[in-house]
Amino acid sequence: MAAADKVDPIHQFHINPIVPIHVGGYDLSFTNSSLFMVVVVVLTGGFLYFSTAGRALVPSRLQSISEMSYEFVASMLRDAAGTHGMKFFPFVFSLFMFVMVANLIGLFPYFFTVTSHIIVTFALAMLVIGTVVIYGFAKHGFGFLKLFVPSGVPVALLPLVVAIEVVSFLSRPVSLSIRLFANMLAGHITLKVFAGFVVSLGAMGAVGMAGAVLPLAMVVMLTALELLVAALQAYVFAVLTCMYLADALHPSH
Amino acid sequence: MADEKGPGGTGKTGPGNEDVANLRDDDLERRRRELGAKLATRRPDRLEGEDKGQTRSVSGYAQAFKLSSEFIAAIAVGIGIGWVLDRWAGTSPWGLIVFLLLGFCAGILNVLRAAGLVAEFGRGGKRSDEQD
Repeated sequence: MAAADKVDPIHQFHINPIVPIHVGGYDLSFTNSSLFMVVVVVLTGGFLYFSTAGRALVPSRLQSISEMSYEFVASMLRDAAGTHGMKFFPFVFSLFMFVMVANLIGLFPYFFTVTSHIIVTFALAMLVIGTVVIYGFAKHGFGFLKLFVPSGVPVALLPLVVAIEVVSFLSRPVSLSIRLFANMLAGHITLKVFAGFVVSLGAMGAVGMAGAVLPLAMVVMLTALELLVAALQAYVFAVLTCMYLADALHPSH
Repeated sequence: MADEKGPGGTGKTGPGNEDVANLRDDDLERRRRELGAKLATRRPDRLEGEDKGQTRSVSGYAQAFKLSSEFIAAIAVGIGIGWVLDRWAGTSPWGLIVFLLLGFCAGILNVLRAAGLVAEFGRGGKRSDEQD
């Protein structure tokens, strides 16, 4: 049971300062979270740069991975927001690559999952919504507010409907961030708990070893599932970003 | 034969009418084909996006996360707005009550929207026209 006590599924999300920096009462320390953000950005940027450096007409494997991710995000954005939406392509592509690589890197044992903290996903979601709101007002002025007024609603009901629509709009960044964060958090806790079963059962002698095969198989399956969830959530995040940007481009449809 | 085509004996009204009808049919036919082509270009994409090699249970899991996060987010935002309003305006507890209810409504709306049962933002009128 001593081994079981050591298994703490939450411990992996703990933030440890690596280089303590305190500026004017604020804690700006360089933490393990910051380290992995840097790792993600360097890895993504380096991969995209070096894989496309050859500029081969017939792409190599790595180059075709880069090209496929480009094509994938480009067609997603074009479908959702039209060709006008392509001005947001760098933004959406960076978001997609950052979230996906952060999710995938987090699956390595002992690695920190940046996207398992709601403040990180919320910051990303606020970036999206901030872009939508600022671009929407800059392009359409107050016409952007038509987004909140569904046509064909009786005047008497309009204040209520508009209030509900506004709350619904404001809930978008929250739901966007909760979804990514909760998926990552739940997945990693589940993995950790099942892996903990393997350890604590394995410490119980021969019978325990035999029993530990079951959670071990479960962990293998869950890892595959988490791999899928990591890619899927990055995709969902990017798709929703595209949809919200489409609202900013054409608020009245 | 000629008499059948031109009932008035002028020989012009019959064929003329036929042309108009043909033209209209051609126009409709062309538009129908264009629509079909447009739909065909969209459908495979959507199917691909939904398949993506996921099993039914995984898509159900993703769906559950999607709907619950939409619902929870709207209520959380409603509570947040109400609480902040109460603190600023000192109307406690009325802001919290009203915005909690609004958040609940928005949550239901979000879930229906995420499930594809209600039209998206700013498209309410068109959708209701279609249903009428």
